[in-house]
Formats: sequence, structure tokens, C-alpha cells
Amino acid sequence: MRAMSRLLLSDLGSHWKQGLAIVVLLMCGIATLIMSISTMRSLEASRDRYYARYCFAHVWASLVRAPDGLLEQIGQIPGVQRVSGRVEKHVLLDFPAMIEPASARLVSIDIDPHLDINGLYLRKGRLPVVSEQTEVVVSELFAEEHRIRLGDCIRANLEGKREDLMVVGIGLSPDSIYVVQPGMLLPNNRLYGVLWAPKEKLSAAFNMEGTFNQVTLRLGHDANIGNVKRLVDTILEPYGSIGAYDRDEQESHARVRDEMRELRTMAFLSPAIFLSVSAFLVHMVFSRMIGQQTEQIATLRAFGYSAMQIGMHYMRVVLVWVVLGVALGIACGLWLAVWLAEIYRMFFRFPEMILIRFGWEWILAVSLGVLVAFLGAISGVLRAVRLPPAVAMRSGASQPAPSKGLARLAKIFLLRPVGRMVMIRMVGNPWLTIFSILGMGLGMSLLILSSFMEKTIEYVLDHQFARSQRQDLQLSFYEPRTQRSLYEVQQWPGVQRVEGFRSVPVRMRNGLASDRLALLGLEPDVELFRVLDQNDRPIGFPEQGGLTITGKLAQKLHLSIGDIVEIDLLEGQNRSIFLEVQRIYPNYTGPAAFLPKAYLHELMHEGERESGLFLSIDPDKRSQVYQQIKQTPAIAGVTDKDSALANFRAMISKSTGWMRLINAVFAILITLGVAYNSALITFSERSRDLATMRVLGYRESEVNRVLLLELFWTMFLAIPVGVPLGYLFAYGLVRSLDSETHRFPFLIHEQTIVYAILVMLAATTVCGWMVIRMTQRLDLISVLKVRE
Amino acid sequence: MNNLTRPIFQALQLTKTYPMGDVQVHALRGVDLELYAGEFVVILGASGSGKSTLLNILGGLDVPSSGSVRFGDHELTGASEGQMTQYRRDHVGFVFQFYNLVSGLTALDNVRLVTDIAKWPMTPSEALGLVGLQDRESFYPAQLSGGEQQRVAIARAISKRPDVLLCDEPTGALDVKTGAIVLDAISRINRELGTLVVVITHNAAIAGMANRVIYLSDGQIAQIKVNTHVIPASELVW
Repeated sequence: MRAMSRLLLSDLGSHWKQGLAIVVLLMCGIATLIMSISTMRSLEASRDRYYARYCFAHVWASLVRAPDGLLEQIGQIPGVQRVSGRVEKHVLLDFPAMIEPASARLVSIDIDPHLDINGLYLRKGRLPVVSEQTEVVVSELFAEEHRIRLGDCIRANLEGKREDLMVVGIGLSPDSIYVVQPGMLLPNNRLYGVLWAPKEKLSAAFNMEGTFNQVTLRLGHDANIGNVKRLVDTILEPYGSIGAYDRDEQESHARVRDEMRELRTMAFLSPAIFLSVSAFLVHMVFSRMIGQQTEQIATLRAFGYSAMQIGMHYMRVVLVWVVLGVALGIACGLWLAVWLAEIYRMFFRFPEMILIRFGWEWILAVSLGVLVAFLGAISGVLRAVRLPPAVAMRSGASQPAPSKGLARLAKIFLLRPVGRMVMIRMVGNPWLTIFSILGMGLGMSLLILSSFMEKTIEYVLDHQFARSQRQDLQLSFYEPRTQRSLYEVQQWPGVQRVEGFRSVPVRMRNGLASDRLALLGLEPDVELFRVLDQNDRPIGFPEQGGLTITGKLAQKLHLSIGDIVEIDLLEGQNRSIFLEVQRIYPNYTGPAAFLPKAYLHELMHEGERESGLFLSIDPDKRSQVYQQIKQTPAIAGVTDKDSALANFRAMISKSTGWMRLINAVFAILITLGVAYNSALITFSERSRDLATMRVLGYRESEVNRVLLLELFWTMFLAIPVGVPLGYLFAYGLVRSLDSETHRFPFLIHEQTIVYAILVMLAATTVCGWMVIRMTQRLDLISVLKVRE
Repeated sequence: MNNLTRPIFQALQLTKTYPMGDVQVHALRGVDLELYAGEFVVILGASGSGKSTLLNILGGLDVPSSGSVRFGDHELTGASEGQMTQYRRDHVGFVFQFYNLVSGLTALDNVRLVTDIAKWPMTPSEALGLVGLQDRESFYPAQLSGGEQQRVAIARAISKRPDVLLCDEPTGALDVKTGAIVLDAISRINRELGTLVVVITHNAAIAGMANRVIYLSDGQIAQIKVNTHVIPASELVW
């Protein structure tokens, strides 16, 4: 082995602890990068293959009913490749094991579903055929939740007619990857699912023979989606169409897209933190290493080694660390990606999960590793290369005296020599101190970033479900009903308060911008469904009948107070009206619009009508209320707030619990890595002073104080750096999560800060313990024999 | 020289062996020694003769493999780590070959490092005055010459009013002239404070200023010589 190779091994061996810290941090950065990008690409590939193979539609339109004959006309619209008309209804289901009713979207399928748009993938069993008993395929998550097996029967309320549906298959469809009950923010696979049945059977059950109430379209690559939607609307308008929409507005697709966007943000934010800390660490370790090895460098130069050879030697040291860090990071990232894909499998069911393991992210990881090495090591290596041999031979001189200002500062603030030693060292070595503070601050910011969302979600849930939507149950009717239904429900045992609401599908337009949504009519004194602004203050409706809209809708349609908006009423007589926007309130959900209920009735030319009811009930009589609901044929759907919340919380803790743990472990590794390295450097620079103090009669605990004071001061100074950085990253994340369907408040709870500080304190304490172990091993005699 | 009848240190059959690879190195082989209050003792020997090991054991930095050492009424052999630290803190002053000053502290603060933890210290200024550096109090080590740095180290060692001043090659890193100044400072401390001074060195010229010279060779005391005529440091030649 050549001498320089031996020197490389020796340098790696003598700096193995620092090297380990760098390798671990690089590994964390590269692992999160590979994990996030690989998962993101796997999910995208799985979704895209699913969409392609099972003909995910490009355009949808729901309507009251239209004859099948119209489908041919729609199929002739330029750009349309295939068209399918289906029957889709919401139904209540009665599971004997559940006191509350579940509900489902019942969707018709063609006889040959492989040819169908939004085709069915069968996980188990077979496709339903037309037989005496209605056969259905059940969505996989719903089936799992209810432990439904092939051959089981589900009792359903098909617009008043009770029928047992026989389960012959368990399957998935590309438009139902993420299934959310209408009116709910969150999925609840226990209370809501999708059932597929032959079209003949559904048409018969709902008196819709020869007609359809939803049309789905596949378009060619060259199709103009806007044009297609417009033509579809023209054709279907007389049939009660509530307007065609594309993938962007399709709920399942939009949610999956938002989730992937979040993953993309995390794919770059966390690794950026890790890799910048790694670069800092490489810099810290390298500067110190070169400083310690000036004699070695001078000797090599004196022997005739060129500056380039010296530079290459140090670059090889850092390259070994980087290669190890990147390789371990890729391996660890791939392993984590498999784990994360498994977590996503709980939420998004794809027929197959394609795991993408190789790709451009590897090149990115290697490039970032090299960049970290370059940025971190370059100044140290240049110093080594530029060191004139003569200057290098003068090493061993005493440390220079601190500057006068610094000396005065130390005298003013600290009286004891031990405190002054710490201060002079921290202020006199500013780059090391700044890097340590910044590194620990970044660790802290990662802790804040990884944990603040939990409190934010909890706040939004509290705002939405405890303060705003105060009902226990929300019932929706197949068709609007008179106020009698409200009085009837009021008589049910266990019902404490009932309030009705009117919901009318509309399309709102402002210039070229438009949106489809439900215009909600509420009583002015509504108690169970309060419209609140983001500060939890109730919004009063304008007396003159003006429109109240959410900030999201205002943003989407470019509306401000006083603007006149055109509203197509898509129910009843299908006419257009113009209303003035009188209130815009910021909140956390998507586009929504409200009117006083009486005014909405007036606009609809109708008397008192209820689209559904909000109920507050006696919790002890819940089962009796459910019993009544199950026996009421007019009810198409019921949402149970507590159950939805409990389900969501369970889902969140399952998915984010592990993620939070991993991030906390990584953040602790950053803090430990930085603090330990900084302590190692301090220790190596200070070992002579510390040994001297021990010989002079200082106790171990007193000597430890010098190192611990510096360590904990660094940590305390990292807090005012880490907190703003954490706020900044959290703000970036909140902004990136701002989607059409929801918005998160930028809110960092004090508990999150306390948690981050406590974790930092714990990591610093562990580091302190390692420092104490170092002083225990201090060899007093040999240190004193060594020239400074 | 006072109180020659009362030994401060009593060492009996001191041995010290170190493992070095597969071999045991015998640094001390049965040393018997008594050191008295107020004495100026020079321990002379070549490299590897065991003089540093002996100094380390007397200073409470190392423990013998066998034999015993008593300091006054205290048995040092078998003392715990904490007791050894307390012993160094209360009774021993050290002067090192390479001064071992803390570079970030002024001369005064380097002395204060010891006066802060000593029981009945003199003031740091007083200690620096004793070595003639009262005008260098606010200087940092890098601003002082080698001899001045060593004198600061002496001031630091004596500021606690130690019973014994142990000096490990105190002039090893200095030229003759500066070395003489440093030795003069040490001898002054011995005379004026009555402190037992033990200097280990391989420089035979220093032997002239000692009351007793102990010659160590191969881990054993080869000879003890009592000087009837003590030469002042300024007259030493090497």
C-alpha cells in the first residue's frame, strides 16, 4: 500500500467519530430525499398506470336524468373518444352489527366492465350479472372495514324500497381512490363506501330504465377540454345537468393530487435541512483537521509532495465519508420508501403498487452528496493547499491572544476565569460557534416542522367541528322536503334540536372564471351550523339578501365585496340570477357560498323546503335515533360527526405517528451530530487546558463545566435561531398545502416549541454525557508532556 | 532550610511497572525516600530513569504498583480519585516543562484559576509579584516570553501556598539566561515561603542549587548527595 493510502486510512481512523456524524447526517438527508421522491414517483406511476388501464374519465357531468340516446350525440363532440352513461345514487345501508346506518354511492356498470370508462378492477370474486337478486361489487376499504365476504348480503334502502344486495366481488375503480361522503371533509370507510351493480338492475330499482344521470367521457390527446365541457353542458342543460367538470374538480383525483403535492414539498424541504447541516459539519471538521495537521502538511510538502497531492488527500477523506453517506442514504431511503408505500396503501388503493427504485433521484442524491462535500471541504482544502511549507513548520506556537475588545467584553460580563474561558473560546472562534448554533438551530427547526401540523390539524378540526359545525348528525334527503319532515324528526326520542338547510347546486361565474358548488341556505339564527371566520367569530348574513362567500371562492372567481356574480341555478327551472357579494370571510375549507334560507326559497320560487337537517341528539339515545333514520325511506345519507372525527384521528395517528417519530429521530441525530462534533473539536483544542486544570486540583465535575457550559450555551443560542427557522419552514409548508379544497392556518402552538426545546435539551444532555465520558478518559500525564 | 527532621513525604519500596505490548517495563524498582519541609531537592536522571514516574506518584497523578507513599499523616497509596484531586488541590503546586498556561486567559486570570479553588490562597497579584511579573498581569500567554510564561506558571503554582512545589523540567524549554531567572524564582519561593521544592531534570548543572540531589538510574536511587554549599541560580552554568 502506498504511503498516502496509509495516511488516508490513518486520517479516517483518527477522525472516525466526526466522520460517523457526517455519514449519519448525509445518510438522513439522502434517505429522506430518496424516500420521498421514490414514493412520489411510485405513487404517480401506480396511479397513472391505473388510470390508463382502467380508462379513468377526463370529463364528468351529473344531471337529473336523460335518455340514453343522447350519449351518441355527446360521443360526436370533437375530441371525445368514448362516452358512458351511468346511474349513480346515494343509498343508506343497514348493517346489523352497527347501530348507525352506513351509506354508499351505488354506481351502475356495463356488462363488460373492462370496456367501461372508470373500469372496475376486481380484487376478489367476480363481476355482478343480472339475476333475480341484485349482485354488487363492494369497494375494498369499505369491505375491509365491515369484514364483508363474498356471498354476504347487505340490506339497502333504495329510495324507500328495502333490498338485500348480494356481494359477489370486492374491487376498486380509478375515480374512487379517495372516497369522501358528500358534505364531509374527511373519508370514513366505515360509514361510506362505493357499490357497483349492473345498470339494468339499478335502472329498474330507481325507475330509470333507458336513462342515465351521470355521463363520463374519455377524450383524445388533442381534445380541447374546455370546449368539450361547454358542448356537454349545452346538450345536457335541459336535463338538469349541474355542469360538466374535469379531473381537476373530481374529488378523488384532487385529493390524491394534493397528497402528492405535499409529498413533493417534504421531498425537498427536509433533505435541504439535513444536507446543509452536513455541509456545515464537513466544514467544521475539516477546518479543525487541517488546523491540527499543519505540521503533517509541512512535512509532506518538505518531502516534495505537491500542493495538488495534498489537496487530493483531503478530498479523498471527505469523499470516503460522502460515498458512505450517499450509499447508506440510498439503501435506507429505498427501505423507507417501501415502508411509506405500505402506509399509502392504507389510504389509496391501487390495483398494483409499482415500486420505482431507480431513476434520476439517484443522480440527484449523488450530485447533492458531492455538492455537500465540495461546499463543506473546499475552504479547508484550499487552506491546506495554500499553506506555505515554512509557515506550516512554525506550528506549535501558542494560541494567539484574544482581541482587546473581546477581552474587555469577557471581563465585563463574566468574572470567574472558567466562565471567561468559555466566552473567549465561543466569541474568539466565531465561525465554529456560528456553525454549531446554526446546525443545532436547523435541527430544532426540523423538529418544529415535523410536529406543528398535528396541532394545526387539531385546531382546524376544533374550529370546523366543535365551533362551526355543532350538529351531531347531518341528514340529507333524496329530494327537498317540506318543513313537515323537520317537525317529524323533532318528535323522535333523543332528538334535542333540529335545524333545516336548503342546498341548491349552482354554477357561479365571474367573467371567464366559474365554479360549481352547492349554495347553502341557512336560517339567520342557525345554531348547529354556524358560519365562522378564521377567528371563530360568527358571520351575520346580510339583511338585504346579498351573498356570503368563503375566501377560497373569492380567490377562485376573483371576486371582491360589491361585485355582482352570475349564478346558474342547476336545480328546478335552471335559470340564471345575479347577486351582489356582500361578505367574504376567510376560513379553512374550500369554496362555499351562503344565503339566508328564506331568500334562497324566494329565488327558487318555492315555499319552505329542506334539503337536509342538522340534528343535535342526546348521546344516550343515539341508537334510538339511528333506528328511526334506518326506518325513514326519504333519507339518502347521514353523517355522524363524532364517528368521522374519531376515524380521522385514528387515521392521522396511524400515518403521521411514524412519520413524526422518524423526523424526531432525524432531528435528534442532527442536533447530536452537530453538538457532539462541536464538543469533540472543543475537547481536542481544550484537552491540554482541561488536563492542566485537573492537575491543578480541579475536580472532574468542575472541568466538565467548561465543556458543558459551552455546549449548553450553544444550545440556548440555537433556540432563537431554530424557532424563526422553524416558523419559516412551517410557513413554507402551510403555503404549499394551500389547495383548492382546504387551507391550513399558519399556527404554531407553544407546545410545539416546548416540545422542540425539550428534545433539543435531551439531545444536548446525551451529548453532555458523552463529553463527561471524554473527560473521564483524559490522560493527565501524557497531555502535560505534549507541546501545545 | 527548616524542619529537616519532619518528613513531608515518606516513600517505601515504591515500584511501578507499565505494560508495553507483551513486556512489563519497570519504571521504579523499590524506591525508599524521605522529603522534608523547606528542602530544595533536585532529582537527576537520564531519560527513562523513572524520575517523571516518581514525580507523578508524589503529585498524586499516578499510583505505584506496590510500596507506599505517605504525605504527612495521609497515606496516598490506595487513595480514591476524589481524595487524590483534593490532595493536589490543597497541597501540591505543579510547574510543567511547557508551562501549560490557558491561552485565552491573562496572566492574572491564569493564576486566578488556582486561587479560585484554593483554601487560603494569596491574591493573584501577590503571587505574580513574587515572581517579578506584577507589571505583566494583563498580558496573555502569547504576549509573554517563554521565561515569563514559566514564571506565570510558578506564580500560579505557589498562589495556593502549597506544601510542595513539584517542577517537571522547568527549564527544559528555555535558554540558559531565561532558565536561570526561572530557577531563581523557584529558589526564592523555597527560601521565602519555606515550601518543599522538588525539581526533576536531566540537567546536572541545576544540582548545584539543591540541598539534596537524588540520582535516579534504571528506576532505583543510585546516590543521594547533600550539598553543603548551595549555589545561587544566577551563578549556574550549563
